[in-house]
Amino acid sequence: METFLQQVINGISQGSAYALLALGYTMVYGVLRLINFAHGDVYMVGAFAGYYIANNDAVQANLGASWMTAVVVMAGSMAVCAFLGILIERFAYRPGRGNSPYTLAFWLAIVGSSVGRMVGGSTPALLAGAAAGAVLGVGLDRLGIRPARQSSHLTLLIIAIGVSLFLENGGQLAFGADPKFFPEIIPTRRIQLGGLTVDSQRLTVLGVSVVLMVLLTLIINYTKTGKAMRAVSFNLDAAKLMGINTDRIIAFTFALGSALAGAGGILVSLLYPRIDPLMGIMPGLKAFVAAVLGGIGSVPGAMVGGLIIGLAEVMAVGYGQSTYRDATAFVILVLILLLRPSGIMGKRTSEKV
Amino acid sequence: MLELRNVSSGYGAIEALKDVTLRIGRGEIVTLIGANGAGKSTTLRNITGLVPLTAGEILFDGKSLKGMPTHRITAAGISLVPEGRAIFANLTVLENLEMGAYLQRDRARNAREMDRIYTLFPRLRERRKQAAGTLSGGEQQMLAIGRALMTGPRLLLLDEPSLGLAPLLVHTIFQAIDAINREGTTILLVEQNANAALKHSHRAYVLETGSIVMEGPSQQVAGDPRVKEAYLGEA
Ligand SMILES: Nc1ncnc2c1ncn2[C@@H]1O[C@H](COP(=O)(O)OP(=O)(O)OP(=O)(O)O)[C@@H](O)[C@H]1O
Ligand SMILES: [Mg+2]
Repeated sequence: METFLQQVINGISQGSAYALLALGYTMVYGVLRLINFAHGDVYMVGAFAGYYIANNDAVQANLGASWMTAVVVMAGSMAVCAFLGILIERFAYRPGRGNSPYTLAFWLAIVGSSVGRMVGGSTPALLAGAAAGAVLGVGLDRLGIRPARQSSHLTLLIIAIGVSLFLENGGQLAFGADPKFFPEIIPTRRIQLGGLTVDSQRLTVLGVSVVLMVLLTLIINYTKTGKAMRAVSFNLDAAKLMGINTDRIIAFTFALGSALAGAGGILVSLLYPRIDPLMGIMPGLKAFVAAVLGGIGSVPGAMVGGLIIGLAEVMAVGYGQSTYRDATAFVILVLILLLRPSGIMGKRTSEKV
Repeated sequence: MLELRNVSSGYGAIEALKDVTLRIGRGEIVTLIGANGAGKSTTLRNITGLVPLTAGEILFDGKSLKGMPTHRITAAGISLVPEGRAIFANLTVLENLEMGAYLQRDRARNAREMDRIYTLFPRLRERRKQAAGTLSGGEQQMLAIGRALMTGPRLLLLDEPSLGLAPLLVHTIFQAIDAINREGTTILLVEQNANAALKHSHRAYVLETGSIVMEGPSQQVAGDPRVKEAYLGEA
């Protein structure tokens, strides 16, 4: 029984981190009907931003091992990610919603260069890939096949993949492909709660996640911008007719979701300090599953979905094998798609509002 | 106040409006009637910038609206009550009205305006804490009109406000339209219910497959034999 409770605590803590990440997927889906596949990579950037801030000489000299370091790392990483989210929206998805054919061509070139880099591994291969992507993009437009026009879902999907590859490859160039180790910004302590032991890291993850989720809920439900987010996600045109600058609300949504991803990147790095430029892929996918499980577009759904995935994963490892860890989320994904594709809190109809 | 000059518009290869010219004077209720698919909603989407023009121009108080995004057109004083109401079902009645006041920072003004709307539609006051999605069709129409009024329009565009409503509610809605106009708001009313629309308007335009085929004082249009036959169900 005690090990079970121990597992539950670990699962909730892990799950709350997934929930933070899942919220970004669900909020962006809400306003744009788009799965932002680059979201896991924003989380990765968050972890690296925290790494560099924590190891920064000025921060080390002035704050050292005090708790202020953890606060600065957290706030800094969230700010970096919020800014990155705004950039992604501004330079990838917003032009993707317009009707220039060159946006698609540009992001196809990014996809092409990544493929070139993977397959050929040389600069010429990379350039050839980029050229092929750009030609394909412009060619499609000239042939009159214009997925790039009028905000097609296919275009946005290609752009999402492009942004994701850009951040992953860019991360390898900027941070190096080898893993780095996240510093211990929260001193490890074992805390006794009744008969259970929880370490300070897990408690921090849980506590910070809960605080952030409460803040988010307050923003969405009670601020004017939060209400505008809900209005935009229900009916974009009607929101415009209210005088709402919907592009701004969409950018704000990206900033908010990305800041949460940054926080998630720091929190998970407290538990698993090994960070590398591809670290966002797996948690990104799991958080996506969590969002689908909760009902994509639903904010409370993402929170519940994250917790369920975290719990299921910890239980699968605890009572099964450690190799079950990553498979858990995908088994759950298959189950939801079979049993209830709209998710726990999603609307049953597939009607687009 | 509003002038459409030789406006054409469409959706991809589909041409919805051809060379439409119409004008609305300050204080008027102008109605635009026409059959299904005639292009009435498209005209309103053109005015509010939701659908771009392919030719022509739209002037509001003499200034071109060309290239202006929808939210700025709303800020300039034009508000549309869209077809099908498009209320925010996931927000409460009060929150819907607050969204209408999104650009209005004057709290006293907003409170006054909300009071005016509650006086116009007392039903909304009773349900202000309720999720808008749970309202009846007629109440949703009231909310859609109230929400549009909160934006503080000088020109109110209404797209088939009586659609799908019981006769008694149709009456309520048209009474409200008259009242709103008396209080100083200019109105462009799109309707399939030509009978009521012609009774409650000063001037009328008739739209047929994307073109204006007739215009004049509403009484005169209502007396036209072709209109009687095609739109008023009289032989
Ligand atoms: N989103 C759209 N995509 C493609 N064609 C459209 C779209 N909306 C309208 N149309 C077409 O444009 C024409 C005019 O449509 P519009 O909605 O303006 O007519 P309407 O007069 O408002 O009709 P109704 O009385 O049925 O509301 C129609 O032929 C319609 O099929
Ligand atoms: Mg219509």
